Amino acid sequence: MATEAVRPRRRKITVRGPGKTLIKLIVNGETHEVLVEPRRTLLDALRKDLGLTGAKKACDEGTCGACTVLVDGKPIYACMALAIECDGKSIETIEGLAQNGKLHPIQQAFVEEDALQCGFCTPGQIMSVKALLDENPTPTLEDVKRAVSGNLCRCGAYPKIFKAALRAAKLLHQGS
Amino acid sequence: MPKVIKTKTEFEGRVLEEYVVVEGEGLTAWDAQAPLKFVGKKIPRIDGPERATGKAAYTFDVQLPGMLYGKILRSPHPHARIKNINTQRAETLPGVRAVLCYKNTPKISFRRQTFIFDEIVRYVGDEVACVIADDEEIAQDALELIEVEYEILPFVLDPEEALQPNAPKLYPDGNLLGGQPEVYQRGNLEQGFAQADVVIERTFRTQCALHNCMEPHGSVALWEGDSLTVWDSTQHIFGVREGLARLLGLPLHKVRVIKKYMGGGFGSKNNLGKYTVIAALAARMTGRPVKIVLDRHEENLATGNRPASIQRLKIGAKRDGALTALELKAIIAAGAYCLWPPSVGGPARELYACPNLKTEQYTVFTNTGPLSAFRAPGYVEGTFALESLMDELAKELGMDPLELRLKNYTEIDQTTGRPYSTKGLREAYERGAKLFGWPRRPEPQGQLRRGVGMASQIWSGNGMPPAYALVKINPDGTATVITGTQDIGTGTKTVLAQIAAEELGFPIEKISVEIGDTQMGLYAPLSAGSMTVASVGPAVRMAAHEARQQLLDVAAQVLEAPRESLTITDGLLSSPALQKPVAVHEVLKNLENFMIIGRGAREPNPEDVTVNTFGAQFAEVTVDTETGEVKVERIVAVHDSGRVINPLTLSSQIEGGIIQGLGYALFEQRVVDRNTGVVVNDNLENYKVPTALDIPEIVFEMVERPDPRANNLGAKGVGEPPIIPTAAAIANAVADALGVRIYELPLTREKILKALQH
Repeated sequence: MATEAVRPRRRKITVRGPGKTLIKLIVNGETHEVLVEPRRTLLDALRKDLGLTGAKKACDEGTCGACTVLVDGKPIYACMALAIECDGKSIETIEGLAQNGKLHPIQQAFVEEDALQCGFCTPGQIMSVKALLDENPTPTLEDVKRAVSGNLCRCGAYPKIFKAALRAAKLLHQGS
Repeated sequence: MPKVIKTKTEFEGRVLEEYVVVEGEGLTAWDAQAPLKFVGKKIPRIDGPERATGKAAYTFDVQLPGMLYGKILRSPHPHARIKNINTQRAETLPGVRAVLCYKNTPKISFRRQTFIFDEIVRYVGDEVACVIADDEEIAQDALELIEVEYEILPFVLDPEEALQPNAPKLYPDGNLLGGQPEVYQRGNLEQGFAQADVVIERTFRTQCALHNCMEPHGSVALWEGDSLTVWDSTQHIFGVREGLARLLGLPLHKVRVIKKYMGGGFGSKNNLGKYTVIAALAARMTGRPVKIVLDRHEENLATGNRPASIQRLKIGAKRDGALTALELKAIIAAGAYCLWPPSVGGPARELYACPNLKTEQYTVFTNTGPLSAFRAPGYVEGTFALESLMDELAKELGMDPLELRLKNYTEIDQTTGRPYSTKGLREAYERGAKLFGWPRRPEPQGQLRRGVGMASQIWSGNGMPPAYALVKINPDGTATVITGTQDIGTGTKTVLAQIAAEELGFPIEKISVEIGDTQMGLYAPLSAGSMTVASVGPAVRMAAHEARQQLLDVAAQVLEAPRESLTITDGLLSSPALQKPVAVHEVLKNLENFMIIGRGAREPNPEDVTVNTFGAQFAEVTVDTETGEVKVERIVAVHDSGRVINPLTLSSQIEGGIIQGLGYALFEQRVVDRNTGVVVNDNLENYKVPTALDIPEIVFEMVERPDPRANNLGAKGVGEPPIIPTAAAIANAVADALGVRIYELPLTREKILKALQH
């Protein structure tokens, strides 16, 4: 890895900024063009430029997971990515889960198991569970714990989040 | 007719006597066997879908057209006088709309003799100035352009040092809150200790813990003419309204406070914050809406904490275990400001029968971030010390710890001499012991040592008047509950809907609940002290009852059926006089826009009994003697909070309380640098809260004994009880595993390894 890092890159580097720059974000299947400063995080772009406030900002420094979204299918902390890094990428947020007013099975399981209290960490928890179940439809309890171990919940809904994730796996299995 | 009476209410360990106007008498609690359809049922949160879809708009999510953002400049010094502030460079940065500081704002007093923008800063993180700009990034940039000249003052961080006569003073009248300790006494302490066969005295220390609610503190302020609307992440919309009106010189009706959803408070959002007042001032100054939300670091500096305590506790007992005397001297590090000191002596005064007792509490100002309420303030700390010492006493007497607690069991409130309305602690002990398998002697020990421990819980949770509610029955047969309470994440809306559905005889889907807006005009107390359900719930039931009576009056006339013959179930009116049941909307549809409005108020608390909550928890731990790691394997909890309205949301609160208690027991601790007063772990990377990987097996049951004297529901609070005994039970289990006791929380690996060396 180290040798690769010092070798000059062939990929063309696009210089962004200073000042605002136009990028394209594909969010929940819809393409949005937004003008952002290079320092704007993906989280702020979603929340402020697109009005998608489902992903929460609780720390803004990659320590809590409340802003978890999926970028090209992988869960990331949206506060730790710059919006310009996500130019042209496909982003899935909590707002994209429910379809036609019907809760996604993971959301349904969270509600039924009461896997939320204040709910501020919930969108992040659900997105982490989504990433897990997309990858592994039949997780064990340990898999679930590991998948949400980067999502803090101060209300302590963890036991019910575990239950909800396992229930959601079942619901998705029945549905498919 | 409303009556003016003087009533005693216990709130977080202190008895308040105040005049209240009471109404709402005459509705008796459902009896224990009453067949209830919604109350007592596991009903998922009615607002769960909003929270699970990201649609719920928290204060943090409020975005208004033309809104500006504020960022607060905070003191880098623990104690200093601001000699001068130069804001010129910050003001000229493009996008900056205003910079507020003591020079250009009214001198508004806030907490004791201090001001919103004070010329003295008293801790690292104290408010100095505020930049208002088009965006947060610009505001952040501008903060760095403000030039402040400080005259550095001597500071004190340690509460014991702060009590010394030559210590630097935070206030002209000294560092001790109130100038003298808070003292409570009963019986004759000297005699009590003289009668004892065994006397043990120990010093316990507890750490400063930080709330770290997931939603940071914050407000959005909007002026429309001379009316102010504030969205605030608060546990008390009416308290914020009153505070803003008072500080800004506005009549109450010109201030509206809204809080629809909140991302946790745990006591830190009980009161009006400086940022709220600053947002209101800035919005007035700029003529635009202003949003100020704190970042994670500010959360950990400036929004409160569970203060550190030093507790010297002395206990005397006869050979048979009967307590003869208890003495507590507690020192609390308040930080720089203090509204409501925690009552650390509460458990010592109340938990056991003990005739001779003295508690003495020194609440001391220090140059650190200010304390606030934190889920069962004082009782978590006090229970750790008391229940640790009870275990030592049991060991000394050769008694089982549970047996010693039962020996000192009391049916009488030791502080007032009144009996408890109901007390299910004995049952909690018995059921907990059975579930846990107490007393189980741990197996032989290797590198992993096992230990078991238990602890008891006492807490008020009684609720209080005044609280008001309306229940409207709409022409379409739905009903709306309106009250001025707030849901801080506990499930209040759902519980109130259950109560209304039960009383009305409507399906729960037909009930909506409107809360969190002072403009609705119906006062409700703060959501703290485990008292929301017990305060607001009875008012809702009363309002629903009145609405039901009106509906029956109208239906009897419309349907031409005898009123006494009518019943309402599932939203249908039935009577032998009717051929078939009639839906409510069918009755109302010909009455145009006629509305039924039932009004309810919380009844007074009983004067002749004490209403309390109780519980017991048992913990099993393993301690790794090589690494010092403590793993909590299992917590068994049995609590008595009277009638359970919703076992599902209640179980979430129980689990959450235990998990917070576990964090407090094992790893949560604010660390302040002794040389600079800087908090070195003001973030979630270094301040450790429990994660998914720290969660033990949690087993719990409720005693479930409706308390007919408490209120017309028979319900008491449950928000705080579960956190109270957890740390004490874990500490006792760790002491059992190690064979030696650690007198200081949290039980870090370092302390465990040190204890093992002895």
